[in-house]
Amino acid sequence: MTETPFTGGIVGESRPRREDPALLTGEAKFIDDLQIPGALWLACVRSPHAHARITAIDASAALGIDGVVAVYCGDDLADAWEAPLPCAWPVTDDMKNPAHYPVAQGKANYAGDIVAVVVAESRYAAADGLEGVVVDYEPLDAVVTIEDAESDRVVIHEDCGTNVSYEWPLVPDPDAVEAAFADAAHHVTETFVHQRLIPTAMEPRGVAAVPAPHNGNMTLYSSTQIPHILKVMAAITLGLPEQKIRVIAPSVGGGFGCKLNVYAEEVICMALAQRHGVPVRWTEGRTEASGSTIQGRAQRQTIELAADADGKLTAVRATLLADMGAYLQLVAPGVPLLGAFLYHGLYDVPVYSFTCKSVFTNLTPTDAYRGAGRPEATYAIERAMDALAVAVGVGPDEIRSRNFIPTEKFPYDSPAGLVFDSGNYQPTLDRAKELVDWDGRRAEQVDRRAAGSTTHLGIGISSYVEMCGLAPSRTLAALNYGAGGWESATVRILPTCKVQVVTGVTPHGQGHETCWSMIVADQLGIDPDDVEVLHSDTAISPLGMDTYGSRSLAVGGTAIWMATEQVIEKARAIAAHMLEANADDLEFAGGNFTVKGSPDKEVPLAGVAFGAFTAHDLPEGIQPNLQAQVTFDPSNFVFPFGTHIAVVEVDEATGAVELLDYAAVDDCGNQINPLIVEGQLHGGIVQGVAQALWEDASYDADGQCRAANLADYLVPSAAECIDMKLDYTVTPSPSNPMGVKGIGEAGTIASTPAVMNAVVDALRPMGITDITMPASPMTVRRAIEVATGGAS
Amino acid sequence: MIPAAVDYVRADSAEAAIAALAEAGDEAKLLAGGQSLVPLMRLRLATPSVLVDIGRLDGLSGISIEGDTVGIGALTTHSTLEHSADLAAACPLLAHVAGQVGDPAVRHRGTLGGSLAHADPASDLPAAVLALGGTLVVAGPGGSREIAATDFFTGFLESALGADELLTEVRVPVSTGGWCYQKFNRRAQDWAIVGVAVAEGGAGVALVNMGSTPMRAAGVEAAVAGGASAVDAAAVAADGTEPPTDNNADGDYRAHLSRVLTERALTAAGA
Amino acid sequence: MEVSVTVNGIARSADVEPRTLLVHYLRDVLGLTGTNVGCDTSSCGACTVLVDGRSAKSCTLLAAQVDGADVTTIEGLAGADGLHPMQQAFHECHALQCGYCTPGMVMAAVSLTDEYDDLDAAGVREGLEGNLCRCTGYQNIVAAVLAAGE
Repeated sequence: MTETPFTGGIVGESRPRREDPALLTGEAKFIDDLQIPGALWLACVRSPHAHARITAIDASAALGIDGVVAVYCGDDLADAWEAPLPCAWPVTDDMKNPAHYPVAQGKANYAGDIVAVVVAESRYAAADGLEGVVVDYEPLDAVVTIEDAESDRVVIHEDCGTNVSYEWPLVPDPDAVEAAFADAAHHVTETFVHQRLIPTAMEPRGVAAVPAPHNGNMTLYSSTQIPHILKVMAAITLGLPEQKIRVIAPSVGGGFGCKLNVYAEEVICMALAQRHGVPVRWTEGRTEASGSTIQGRAQRQTIELAADADGKLTAVRATLLADMGAYLQLVAPGVPLLGAFLYHGLYDVPVYSFTCKSVFTNLTPTDAYRGAGRPEATYAIERAMDALAVAVGVGPDEIRSRNFIPTEKFPYDSPAGLVFDSGNYQPTLDRAKELVDWDGRRAEQVDRRAAGSTTHLGIGISSYVEMCGLAPSRTLAALNYGAGGWESATVRILPTCKVQVVTGVTPHGQGHETCWSMIVADQLGIDPDDVEVLHSDTAISPLGMDTYGSRSLAVGGTAIWMATEQVIEKARAIAAHMLEANADDLEFAGGNFTVKGSPDKEVPLAGVAFGAFTAHDLPEGIQPNLQAQVTFDPSNFVFPFGTHIAVVEVDEATGAVELLDYAAVDDCGNQINPLIVEGQLHGGIVQGVAQALWEDASYDADGQCRAANLADYLVPSAAECIDMKLDYTVTPSPSNPMGVKGIGEAGTIASTPAVMNAVVDALRPMGITDITMPASPMTVRRAIEVATGGAS
Repeated sequence: MIPAAVDYVRADSAEAAIAALAEAGDEAKLLAGGQSLVPLMRLRLATPSVLVDIGRLDGLSGISIEGDTVGIGALTTHSTLEHSADLAAACPLLAHVAGQVGDPAVRHRGTLGGSLAHADPASDLPAAVLALGGTLVVAGPGGSREIAATDFFTGFLESALGADELLTEVRVPVSTGGWCYQKFNRRAQDWAIVGVAVAEGGAGVALVNMGSTPMRAAGVEAAVAGGASAVDAAAVAADGTEPPTDNNADGDYRAHLSRVLTERALTAAGA
Repeated sequence: MEVSVTVNGIARSADVEPRTLLVHYLRDVLGLTGTNVGCDTSSCGACTVLVDGRSAKSCTLLAAQVDGADVTTIEGLAGADGLHPMQQAFHECHALQCGYCTPGMVMAAVSLTDEYDDLDAAGVREGLEGNLCRCTGYQNIVAAVLAAGE
């Protein structure tokens, strides 16, 4: 097993980020900050109806408003599209994928579907123009629930003939599943619902398309996680020559998956910039975003556990019904698949079954949201494990310990067909219990109950493993994904021995510049401040697969590490030539090449770099300059894991849930910068807690979002959150040379079930076994009233 | 979102504001701190044709205590109320409730008069003024008049303030008896799902977000006056109310919360 | 209408529509784009600036309302000798990730620590109730504000 390849003393240090000063002073430029002379502003007329035929559009009033330049409806722009908006993940060959045009043609399929666009001279005039576009609609019955969708009572996309987009099974041995459940001493069946969530990156989305009409170039600025993928997809959608398109992601204010897409507004701005020959830009409003940006989760899951008399799992069977929303966005069909392999969690289970059905509704499209499939899988198994513990009559800690995959079984061939790279699960549970004073809290819980307290203590465990570092291209091929999972890096040592790193991953808050410079500086024995990291511009970094799925370090970072090693090898050959020594006899440390046994014979990297630049005296066959480009395609996913424990207090009278304590013990292998790991966990945990307690993009029966803005959609503030206790174990991944795993999504994956298990733990003496998320005060109070028979 | 176009008049005296309102008619809105109005304008839920900005009128800001009456200028900010040592001594309920409104930035700009004139049933300060038995002083073309707080709130976002009138002062009695404000919400910055303000050990009790207007809980007050226990008095908190339904609560749950919170508030206030 | 504001110590003046929000006056008219817009309901605080020394949400004020006032934006916080102590504390405590809420959060924190004495962690959390961050989970923000106050 790889331990750590780093010896420079830089990797592993908690270093404040180099990104910070620009962000702390207003110097950083987000999309709406860009000053673009002559730009026209786009505003979108969106359907107020969830499902309606568009019978007439009258833009005459809008065109009379000061500053309004033009109005276009779907038919006006029909010839702008070479193809509909892309879905890159046709998970089955017969998947239904209705044409999704940037501006609706004939029918609006969700509240927010664009039916016309206004182009105006200013931000304010564009907003005014919206009021002048009169659209006549013939409202149709809306399909709002997944159950209604599945029934095909109303078929949304007539040409599909059904609301079911696809069914996807992963059942390696059906007979074994039946046999395991037939023989089970314990058979637990649980059904859970994951409410819709709004990702809510604090920066709304924005686009600016800047054309060069006479040479045919098009520069697209977008607040996106995926400039590289966007470039390809924009070329296909618009029928533009790809080499003429440059996509730049400026500073991006958070993504969480919601900027991992190809959106209507991006291609509309490009099409209209072409048509008008001037830049066209758009900035999303927060309320608008409930109908313009993807949402997450929205699944109903049933999980069954078979176990022997001791509670040892013998089989897991999961079935899923997933809401795609009105259309298939970029990777939406694949979201359930990213969890499909993990419904047995980190437990050693011989027999496995997963099936999924995904349906269309008249709601905002869904897609990947932080964790994408893995939070759902973890939630199901971790909630069900608590139910199994009750059935078996052991504690939730004990049921987990009995079932953890034993450390000696790694690499572990999972029943779903994966190979878990490395793991050592029990220590994370043990340490998390210490951090929350498990025994003390349990005693307090008993005491409170004995004293008849109406504030009930609940303690909830969530142990998790996740698969990230997307992804081996061959595996993606097997899952029918439309692209590979490699990543590219170029490392270039400049003549003055400063370094440029060019990466194809695209940060939006993760601190890549800091971490990548630390890796390269550690390898080269130089100061991290001497390393510049270039990214997020397809002209500077032409090759890349961008940032999502906790892939940036394990895949993109590995590419950087490998490119740096190649640069060192090239430098070694030049140094050997300069020192008139054999390359094999050179040692490289602290930025110097020395000859083994002759410490006075040395040449610094700076000397080699300048020599490589002048190229006056290079060894035979060595090209000038120190540069290497690597494209790394991982051999496997990486599998971070850990245990989180939440302690909550439930006020019986009001139903209010208060988080009292939270401990997280995570293992992401070797850490590059522990400060960044900590930050990812803090934020990730709170996002998962928010699903458990606060956030809910609920829709009414007409398909109207009831939490469309930040006054109604309850993103928590500091006042609702607490200090979390973090600790780590370190089990390096053998799948990459740095021994690293991802940590961007782990917090969100782990925390939701920890909190909900704690809430249910508090209420279980009343006979309550489940609370629907979010555990709002009213929901909890209602459950208490029902359970105790005492209406308020 | 962006407000619709609007004309703007800055008043430099109460008289000028009243004259501007009279001239502009029904489509005019007074703008004080703007913390309620500007968000509505951004969503184009409010589209006044004229704004009469009274934000910097002299003499309408400040706290004065004379005898057993606290007089507060209508343009006094929540922040000023929250930090006033004089108010904390003379009327701690009002100082405390002012510190519960919105968030610090909102409290820096929002005004007591604006909050009352907006007449939002979910607002904190109207309930405090009701529980305290306050009086509102308004100025109009015909001079000045006083309106009891109990008569001020007439409907959802509607008050007894005439279209050409200006709220100039809020008067509350010095009140140092047992008090409590129970604000129940899911996020600190949010409106109360239900709130209960108790003054003078339960002599004054008012409810937040339990109907179309801020309201007194007259039944609770009567029960307390009649010597009922906190539990028994709280049991009638929701009687006669028609609490609204929204994402956070339906009417039944609000009624339940009003009883729980009233009991807690009365107990804390020593009823 | 003519709106004159002293922004970061410099007298500025511009002819704008009365409906112009302060945040757009700062960003679109003066080109001071450090102040961000994160919502349209006065909920997120990304647009927080100081008006006459106290935090205010610049998306919930018309520029006309602050005519004659002193406004400080994030661009006006750092001095010639480097970052303001609050900015420095945010940096050292890793209190920002994507950085979008950060200007508003820093301005709110500067105002908060000026307004309230002897803040503890709970007081900082309550005091930042009107500023939303989606990245940090707030733990390091609270630590930074406490550190800056020391």
